[in-house]
Amino acid sequence: MTLNSFWFLLIAILWIGYFILEGFDFGVGILLRVLGKNEAERRTLLTTLGPIWDGNEVWLLVAGGATFAAFPEWYATLFSGFYLPLFLILLSLIIRGVAFEYRSKYGSPTWRNRWDFAISISSFIPALLWGVAFSNIVRGIPLHTSKLGNVEYAGGFFNLLNLYSLLGGVTTLFLFITHGAIFISLKTDGELRIKARFLAIRTGLVTAVLAVSYLLWTLIGLTHKSLVILGSLLIVITWIASLAFNFLGKEGWSFVFSSLTTALVVATLFEALYPNVLPSNNGSLGLNIFNASSSHYTLKVMTIVAVFMTPIVLLYQGWTYWIFRKRISPNQISDPHKGVLDHLHQ
Amino acid sequence: MGSLEIARWQFAITTIYHFIFVPITIGSGFLVAGLQTAWYRTSQEKYLRATKFFGKLFLINFAIGVVTGIVQEFQFGMNWSTYSRFVGDIFGAPLAMEGLLAFFLESTFLGLWIFGWDYLPKKIHLATIWLAATGTLISAYFILAANSWMQHPVGYKINPMKGRAELTNIFSVLFQKTALSTFFHTITSTFLCSGALFAGVAGYLVLKGKYVEIMKPVLKVGLITVIISFLLVGVTGDYTARVMTSQQPMKMAAAEALYNSKTNAPFSLFTIGSLDGSHSVFQIGIPSFLSIMSHGSPNSQVEGINDLQAQYINKYGPGSYKPVIWLAYWSFRLMIGFGALAALIAFLALWKIRRNKTLTGGKWLQGAMILLPILPVVGISFGWIFTESARQPWIVFGLQKTATAVSPQVNSGEVWTTMIVFTLLYGILAIIEFGLMIRTIKVGPDVTSPISKSEHDQTLVIAY
Repeated sequence: MTLNSFWFLLIAILWIGYFILEGFDFGVGILLRVLGKNEAERRTLLTTLGPIWDGNEVWLLVAGGATFAAFPEWYATLFSGFYLPLFLILLSLIIRGVAFEYRSKYGSPTWRNRWDFAISISSFIPALLWGVAFSNIVRGIPLHTSKLGNVEYAGGFFNLLNLYSLLGGVTTLFLFITHGAIFISLKTDGELRIKARFLAIRTGLVTAVLAVSYLLWTLIGLTHKSLVILGSLLIVITWIASLAFNFLGKEGWSFVFSSLTTALVVATLFEALYPNVLPSNNGSLGLNIFNASSSHYTLKVMTIVAVFMTPIVLLYQGWTYWIFRKRISPNQISDPHKGVLDHLHQ
Repeated sequence: MGSLEIARWQFAITTIYHFIFVPITIGSGFLVAGLQTAWYRTSQEKYLRATKFFGKLFLINFAIGVVTGIVQEFQFGMNWSTYSRFVGDIFGAPLAMEGLLAFFLESTFLGLWIFGWDYLPKKIHLATIWLAATGTLISAYFILAANSWMQHPVGYKINPMKGRAELTNIFSVLFQKTALSTFFHTITSTFLCSGALFAGVAGYLVLKGKYVEIMKPVLKVGLITVIISFLLVGVTGDYTARVMTSQQPMKMAAAEALYNSKTNAPFSLFTIGSLDGSHSVFQIGIPSFLSIMSHGSPNSQVEGINDLQAQYINKYGPGSYKPVIWLAYWSFRLMIGFGALAALIAFLALWKIRRNKTLTGGKWLQGAMILLPILPVVGISFGWIFTESARQPWIVFGLQKTATAVSPQVNSGEVWTTMIVFTLLYGILAIIEFGLMIRTIKVGPDVTSPISKSEHDQTLVIAY
């Protein structure tokens, strides 16, 4: 395997990590007011994310940084081309992170309702837009080669909103909502756990319909690679398994399989893309793992760092999940209506 | 304004804003870790209360530092794609390393620290805050190494086929003098900043007669941190200035508004320049001090703006190679001035404590304590305004000009949109964050809840 392919694979793995982890974060955020019917429930939901959401988001930062380091042309064309969608994602991530930290500082219902609204919206937007973005990457976008010889995006914001990419967006949205609901059923106790399980079945079926249409469109319209066909079949199988385990009340296995499905979705899209990284749909030169990559030396340096660091990161991040493995139930939240800043101590 | 100017304004706004919160968090992480270590060692309740109280202030800042940091990584590609293509082979590496080595470490262990009070043994819980703080330090190192490469590119060759700079030696990029001196200068200033925050808050509460038992030791530690850091900021700043003079002489000349090369060059205390920026009209200075600062000897020659401009035209072709001189001149002085004022307040407060055993004073001292945390933050901002603006017209010194670095196909309407929305959002967040800080200080440390809960108590100590 060339270093170029290795880095394509590594970036795919980073996105897999990101979507598995922040995927359920988005789901929990979207469901905050749907499942959380009172303060104790809402704070339970937020507390399941508390220790881990920030570490989950780092997968995105590293995916971005790795793309910059290994495929600077891909990073430059993609980020400047998908300008407004990325901007909306950035706004959402800013608001979401602050909202988690500040929301329960005061007990005031107005204060909390506003932050809850912010959390729901700012989880919804990226869950939708990441699907839109990746579908466009796989489908190909209008490109042109500039006078300097750079491959630049040649379309506008609305070129990115086509039926295929919107279907992709709605699919990831429902996938993450379901993945989030399964996470909630695994991490909480009491009524919340039951409610989440039932919701996951319903949204899971919607996801299944969306995903099958999306995969068929991909297979018929874009690529006939055998690995993509295999990936699509595995997506369907693991998703059925996840919903079946959920139905049987085996939340742990259900979560394992919904994570696997998420991983397979990303892997399949990357396989559909390979060896391109940003193909064009207007006949202009596109970007692939060779013309978009860094020099051999940079790839070598980064490979050493990545091979050495990634296992260590997985180890300590995994340890965090182990430490916080216990379910949280709403009756463990003492005085849910009280904020730490409500009253003076002296 | 065209999209270039707006993109520059946007970078300035988002970066300065981000770096209001970052220096506060870097130093505060270590100071909180220190307080918790004191509790771990002595088991005295006051240290635990202080840890939790200052931990809250730390986290309110950390939240904004984290989320505005994502913008930092994305905006190179979004607004500065030509820059990203040109430098990606080199500049991307420290950014990716920062993610792998630092961001994971700080975010994961901070999560463990915040929520781990119930879950982890004391010793391990203490280790998590030290690891999180170490993560912020590593993060600073990589991003400053990347910035230093823009100030002084090393370890690269130009690939004419690809029209970009390519990495030839990662160690020269990571360990060049510029990176090391910038790192130590920045890190000492973050401690100045956090020391001032801790001392200001603790001092204010002590003066008000509130939580004196808890706040007195914090006040002392904070004040001493400010004074020691200020001295170290001075030493590292002096070294940084020398590195800068040899690598970017125009920056030093602009900082001093020194128009013509001089031996025994004076350090200017006040200068009024001509409108076209070619000579000074009026100047007061300390004799020979600039020569000493730049080269370590009073007789050495310091190059002036006009001579450098002529040299650069020979070397790089026609054009102006002068930064905005009044901005460089004043931001350099304000950086030093604000830092020094903080140190002066800390010195006076410490002197009062030595004499009276505790901090007593009237309204003016209370005012000084409120002012204290703000001063170093403003000083640091001016430092970055100086460093970045006085490198202009270059984005990468000697290799790429800022004017050629923007994303060509992003139109000014799009850049206006993102700039206005970011600025508004950042403004709102600043108001909320400031409000929360003030309220947290008013509410004060929690002195009522039990230190350890009974075994049967299933409620969570920390919940979002």
